[in-house]
Amino acid sequence: MGRYIGGRIISMLITFLIIASLTFFLMKLLPGTPFNNQDKLTETQIVQLNDKYGLNDPVPVQYFNYMKNLLSGDLGVSFQQDGREVSTIIGERIGPSAYLGLQSLVVGTIIGLFLGIIAALKHNSFLDYGTMVIAVLGISIPNFVIAGLMQYWLGVKWQLLPVAYWDGFAYTIMPTIAIASIVVATIARFMRTEMLEVLGQDYITTAKAKGLSSTAVVIRHTIRNASIPIITIMGPLVVGLMTGTLVIEQIFVIPGLGEKFVNSILTNDFPIIMGTTLFFSLLFIVVILLVDIMYGIIDPRIRLAGGKG
Amino acid sequence: MEKILEVNDLHVSFDTFAGEVQAVRGVNFHLNKGETLAIVGESGSGKSVTSKAVMRLIPNPPGRIKEGEIKFGDRDLAQLSEKEMQKIRGSEISMIFQDPMTSLNPTMTIGKQIMEGLVKHQNMSKSEAKERAIELLKLVGIPNAEGRINEFPHQFSGGMRQRVVIAIALACNPRVLIADEPTTALDVTIQAQILELLNDLQEKMGTSIIFITHDLGVVANIADRVAVMYAGKIVETGTVDEIFYNPQHPYTWGLLGSMPSLDSTDEELIAIPGSPPDLLDPPKGDAFAPRNPYAMKIDTEMEPPLFKISDTHYAATWLLHEKAPKVEPPAAIKKRMQGMAPSEPIIGAKDGGKNV
Ligand SMILES: Nc1ncnc2c1ncn2[C@@H]1O[C@H](COP(=O)(O)OP(=O)(O)OP(=O)(O)O)[C@@H](O)[C@H]1O
Ligand code: SF4
Ligand SMILES: [Mg+2]
Repeated sequence: MGRYIGGRIISMLITFLIIASLTFFLMKLLPGTPFNNQDKLTETQIVQLNDKYGLNDPVPVQYFNYMKNLLSGDLGVSFQQDGREVSTIIGERIGPSAYLGLQSLVVGTIIGLFLGIIAALKHNSFLDYGTMVIAVLGISIPNFVIAGLMQYWLGVKWQLLPVAYWDGFAYTIMPTIAIASIVVATIARFMRTEMLEVLGQDYITTAKAKGLSSTAVVIRHTIRNASIPIITIMGPLVVGLMTGTLVIEQIFVIPGLGEKFVNSILTNDFPIIMGTTLFFSLLFIVVILLVDIMYGIIDPRIRLAGGKG
Repeated sequence: MEKILEVNDLHVSFDTFAGEVQAVRGVNFHLNKGETLAIVGESGSGKSVTSKAVMRLIPNPPGRIKEGEIKFGDRDLAQLSEKEMQKIRGSEISMIFQDPMTSLNPTMTIGKQIMEGLVKHQNMSKSEAKERAIELLKLVGIPNAEGRINEFPHQFSGGMRQRVVIAIALACNPRVLIADEPTTALDVTIQAQILELLNDLQEKMGTSIIFITHDLGVVANIADRVAVMYAGKIVETGTVDEIFYNPQHPYTWGLLGSMPSLDSTDEELIAIPGSPPDLLDPPKGDAFAPRNPYAMKIDTEMEPPLFKISDTHYAATWLLHEKAPKVEPPAAIKKRMQGMAPSEPIIGAKDGGKNV
């Protein structure tokens, strides 16, 4: 297992460097410079600023400098915010995003698993169909539509919850629902399929033939085996959740990383774009590694294979 | 002979979109104490459905026991509640399934899978159950039982897994063991080992066994009596000797004819022509008639009753009716019937007559 993880970490680092390079060159293709949309600046000021930040150097030189700084842990400074450190800005912004992401993931996973299990156990009943309708809606309605509807009804019409901003738990409820809806829907559907699959397995009949109660059969033999494959969709799900956060933070005016990221693209704030992209990428890569390791811990068949390799 | 289990007029159907599949259509058989009853028949004849019905493991929906009685002691299993059945399953009647590769939970150690039944039925503590599990693993011939109890199913070979499955089934000393093709998925040498193990354990524990198979060769090795099943019914039943050396039903002839045996180098194997009837719409009359070269007019109109040949031997075929013309069974079968000496062609056969 140790060697396996070691190998995985090396390939993670390579992936990360490739992403960093790709992002760098793609960003160079963005039209304009960070300063030309600030009408108040004169031509000479723009040239001076470009010089100051090294933007007049040939692209390969810029790339070399950027990677050198990156490898020594320096993400650079923001063009828009008086040269504040990118890492400081990310640090300030990460709190609300992480909170929102985790809360949505946990709540969404729990509700999704619960719905999926109920639907499978009550296969072809009203409960089953009801759950699947919720799931299809959750997957097909974009989260910004859900967000908008909630803001209108829960926020404006009935005044149950604050419409926007970030100031305590009540402010997290609507964004969490908006982000978690896709998690609930995806997991419920997946879990239902897996449960039905496992319920049809021979070893479930074996368990019943032992005289176990239906509760014991479901809890000990069905749910555990059905949830193992769920871990494989957790990676893509977390990725989807992060991208969902980008939009939702905008809609609810939440001072998170997503909101910063979107604005940095609108203003060509290169170091912030790079910094946040790399941050998100790193997060993805780590999540996927964690998912694989978790899979190995839960599924004994993989554990063995991992031990060999 | 004490009957431990008696199935009377059992009907099991599945309600499918296409209609009612009558998988079991009036099955009668009994199981004596300490004996092994083999149920043989082609694929789809209803062997598994019958045995699952006895365990009340028919999934509902779509399946249901339509009518019939499953007498176990003074209880009728067909009428018991699910809770009462749970007390019987695994403690008084156990079951072994066909494919050891899929019948064990892949994410639970084999020790835990054996202990579950013990904890449930015999109120054992964890440590007592573990001790007994190790004992059981030794009993079914798994070397280094103490070391292997914490391993997972994928760490065992097919034959070893089937031994684990047998250990699970025998954990609580059940009075009846139903083995549904327990050796079909294994290769021949392993098959022989498992059969030997079952014979051995039966001797030690006095379990009565229902052994389901479509392999008549296996039957000779393990059974005392045989019930031949076709299209959801039992068409012939008798002791191993009676079925092998004096078969009466043309379907049994067909089965025997398609069985390779050591003395049959000069004969050709005969396959039964055609395929079993559609149980969605079972034919009127004898279900075997369309495939039966000996079929008579009455066969397409009326179902034959069970004719008695001896106290232990019955067959449902009009050929046994007094007015039926005398027909000769196929040459190979006839040869066998003439040389009716149990010890001769079947190697390693159990003493077939011992429980009659
Ligand atoms: N869940 C089900 N739904 C519909 N029909 C079923 C179901 N289970 C079994 N059957 C039908 O019942 C009949 C008997 O099946 P069964 O499994 O008992 O055959 P079998 O004798 O055990 O055959 P095999 O040797 O292949 O195991 C088959 O025609 C099958 O199609
Ligand atoms: S009753 Fe008729 S069709 Fe059926 S097995 Fe006997 S001879 Fe054949
Ligand atoms: Mg079967």
